[in-house]
Amino acid sequence: MTPRTIHELTAAYTRGETTPSRVTEEYLARIAKLDDKVGAYLTVTAEQARAAARAADERYRQGRPLGPLDGAPVTLKDVFCTKGVRTTCGSRILEHFVPPYDATVTERLAKAGAVMLGKTNMDEFAMGSSTEHSALKVTRNPWDLARVPGGSSGGPAAAVAAGLAAGSFGTDTGGSIRQPAAFCGVVGLKPTYGRVSRYGLVAFASSLDHPGPFGADVLDTALLLGGIAGRDPLDATSIDAAVPDYAAELERGVQGLRLGVPDEYFTKGMDPEVESVVRAAIDVLKGLGATLERVSLPATPHALATYYVIAPAEASSNLARYDGVKYGLRVPGHDLIDMESKTRAAGFGAEVRRRIMLGTYVLSAGYYDAYYGQAQKVRTLVRRDFDAAFRRVDLLVAPTTPNVPFKHGEKTDPVQMYLNDVFTIPADMAGVPGVSVPCGFTKSGLPIGLQIIGRTLDESTMLRAARAYERATDWHMRRPNLG
Amino acid sequence: MMANYDVVIGLEVHAQLTTRSKMFCGCATTFGAPPNTQTCPVCQGMPGTLPVINRRAIEYGVRTALAFECRVNAACRFARKHYYYPDMPKNFQISQYEEPLAEHGALEIDLADGHSRRIGIERLHLEEDVGKLVHEGTLETAQSSLVDFNRAGVPLMETVSKPELRSPEEAAAYLRAFRAVLVYLGVCDGNMEEGSLRCDANISLKPAGAAELGTKVEIKNMNSFRNVQRALEFEVKRQAEALDRGERIVQETRLWDADRGYTRSMRSKEFAHDYRYFPEPDLVPLKLDTTWIEQIRTALPELPRARRQRFVAAYGLPVYDATLLTQSRALADYYEKAVGVHNNPKALSNWVMTDLLREVDVDDEAAIAQLRIPPANLAQLVTFIDNGTISGKIAKDVFTEMLRSGDTCESIVRVKGWTQVADAGALAGMVATAIAANPRAVEDYRKGKTAAGKAIVGQVMKASGGRANPAMVTKLVEEALEKLTKR
Repeated sequence: MTPRTIHELTAAYTRGETTPSRVTEEYLARIAKLDDKVGAYLTVTAEQARAAARAADERYRQGRPLGPLDGAPVTLKDVFCTKGVRTTCGSRILEHFVPPYDATVTERLAKAGAVMLGKTNMDEFAMGSSTEHSALKVTRNPWDLARVPGGSSGGPAAAVAAGLAAGSFGTDTGGSIRQPAAFCGVVGLKPTYGRVSRYGLVAFASSLDHPGPFGADVLDTALLLGGIAGRDPLDATSIDAAVPDYAAELERGVQGLRLGVPDEYFTKGMDPEVESVVRAAIDVLKGLGATLERVSLPATPHALATYYVIAPAEASSNLARYDGVKYGLRVPGHDLIDMESKTRAAGFGAEVRRRIMLGTYVLSAGYYDAYYGQAQKVRTLVRRDFDAAFRRVDLLVAPTTPNVPFKHGEKTDPVQMYLNDVFTIPADMAGVPGVSVPCGFTKSGLPIGLQIIGRTLDESTMLRAARAYERATDWHMRRPNLG
Repeated sequence: MMANYDVVIGLEVHAQLTTRSKMFCGCATTFGAPPNTQTCPVCQGMPGTLPVINRRAIEYGVRTALAFECRVNAACRFARKHYYYPDMPKNFQISQYEEPLAEHGALEIDLADGHSRRIGIERLHLEEDVGKLVHEGTLETAQSSLVDFNRAGVPLMETVSKPELRSPEEAAAYLRAFRAVLVYLGVCDGNMEEGSLRCDANISLKPAGAAELGTKVEIKNMNSFRNVQRALEFEVKRQAEALDRGERIVQETRLWDADRGYTRSMRSKEFAHDYRYFPEPDLVPLKLDTTWIEQIRTALPELPRARRQRFVAAYGLPVYDATLLTQSRALADYYEKAVGVHNNPKALSNWVMTDLLREVDVDDEAAIAQLRIPPANLAQLVTFIDNGTISGKIAKDVFTEMLRSGDTCESIVRVKGWTQVADAGALAGMVATAIAANPRAVEDYRKGKTAAGKAIVGQVMKASGGRANPAMVTKLVEEALEKLTKR
């Protein structure tokens, strides 16, 4: 049987047991067979994948693979620009948009020899927590097809969970990698802001958008992060710091690490099953030699409201360019303003329109200081919370989400949907790295995620703890039954 | 009527910087390239693209700020300015708002009465230019419009003066002095027709001596020095007449129509844009290294006013000459090169001011640089006059010929045989012939009409084809007539 993880696959390539082309065909066949059920893919790039796989075959034949991702079958959230391959962002307004250039992430993966299988579904412009806001497709949770995969990176998370890709890449603006990772039972990592280039990532909220990987296990996730991390001259906000070998120190364990358990991440309204499973997971880490400490992040309750000022403000600005003039959808009108209004009305879904209006409002003259200005101050407080906590502890451990995957159509009130991200938003606001690892299941068999948050640029320690937990448990070995 | 009001004017000048690449991407900035050939995903505002600051543009901004004696802020930020217009790819412009590159400077301007004034400069900031719309047909009848993004993203420097200009003439003087500084610094080509330099004005009137400012009106679309002055003169008159009638001035933006010679309302305050500025999240705050700023300061070239003072002191030129000659860097350079070859500053100044500037505009740097008479040739022309090789009169013809052919003075004079005749023997013969042919003049002279001698001199000059040395001819004619009449 074909191994599930990238590190096993590449080991098999090296030993000559299988080839990138054979594995790619298996994945394409599996997508053809199962993706009607899951709905992860918006575009399958079979021919490009086959060509990339053939090139990888050749390199392995010559004994000169490009690195740990050579021949790895992966998929990208449809937010990363791919030259010549349509990039929809889950929106009608970009449904037929074919970028003339590659995102830095896309380019780095190609250079690393990864085989791109296609582009996966998402909430429109990454706004949402269930992928239900995609204008183009419904994506289902592989563990229970009646339920959502989380979002906004629901497609990439579901693809890895369902074995429709060995690894994938998404973006996390308010939790959009970690929450779907938790919902789909895979590993999802949001790196430090600036660790991975945003160039070519269709912007939602520039100061909050974090590209990052999904993996079937922690080692794969570390390898995938290593493939895309590092300074990019095309992104002025990318950090100029050496990229460590994330895989190298994974097995060092948690002995002596100080783990902070934030009070504010265990709230009254949360699902009791989630709480007990996550507490049990934290106890596993303690059993492995970590010390636990209660910490407080007092600004947490304000982070969500603040996020819904900053993110829509930036979104209203970033999305202004979609006017029907240059690319994407154009709905004819009797004059320019009519054309632009009709295009935007037809091209954007309800959630996107809501956030554009919200963002436009908070940036308006006379309201700026009360909303945007104030929100920036609270954001500083959120950052200080983390700074203070990390003076006492090495990592924070908490649930990724307060709840378990819900059913399609269950959350109709936008605010109920927003509350999904209450434990993930603070790390985006502070720019610190976070990872969600599978830590158990509900009695009904739905996955639950443990969130580990690290210091700025200290993904290594975070991954080390995640790996220690994974080694001690076998949750990540379970796979959904898709027939 | 006008005497009842004080005029208050502030100018906003947008200057395109002459960097090779755009403000936030690597595209070229050459003017006049075929539409959309100097574009990339970044300056087309493609989804996912990000800006990267052009360091050279910052350097030009700092250079200008230092020349205007501004305080260069240790840290500045870019901000997004939002409005929808199809020539703007992202529907926001990356500009600067609360934290500009530099603030609190001044520009000294010279007034017609010989005095000078310091005009405060409020701020100087950098931003990106927008593209251009090409309408098929006229704006009113066009069925479609095309967008050219070649200009989108070209670095623009906006400099806002304090409302300290007191007349349209002062505004024009400010703009001229401003332009001269930019061109001296080499940061802008100063070409108003191609839009490299654009000017908007805020103008208001208040009762003479009143402390409180009147309602201001913004004037746009003035694309030459002359139009700035004309538009503001029109606006002073319009506002004064309205106030005379007891009307209130409406705060609005008005467009100058150069063909029709008036300003017309474009939008009033109620329809003013809310630009929804906020700090550009794709760029980190820009911190400027003080050592770098000092390097730029040290490398500043001599500026127009300093050069003018030096022209007066070093060359003994009248202030009028020095002002005109230093108005553009190219002209001043031209002049200094010529003086370097032949040290007759005043004569060269006269040639430059009266003859050369008939052929090229004082502000047309490119034309001055390409003149068919290089400075060394003009210097040679004056040398030939000064050493008596040619007459001043013939020199005008030589100049025309130099301009036409591009040849040197020496070669023209040689080929055409235009050397001055200063041989006393040859001239005496010509004088004798002229006197013999004009007995009437001799008679008049005898009767005391000394002017009659001038007619004879004219005859000799004419007969020599202008080549006769006029001083010698005059002397010879006088001597000959004296001799004749004494007899």
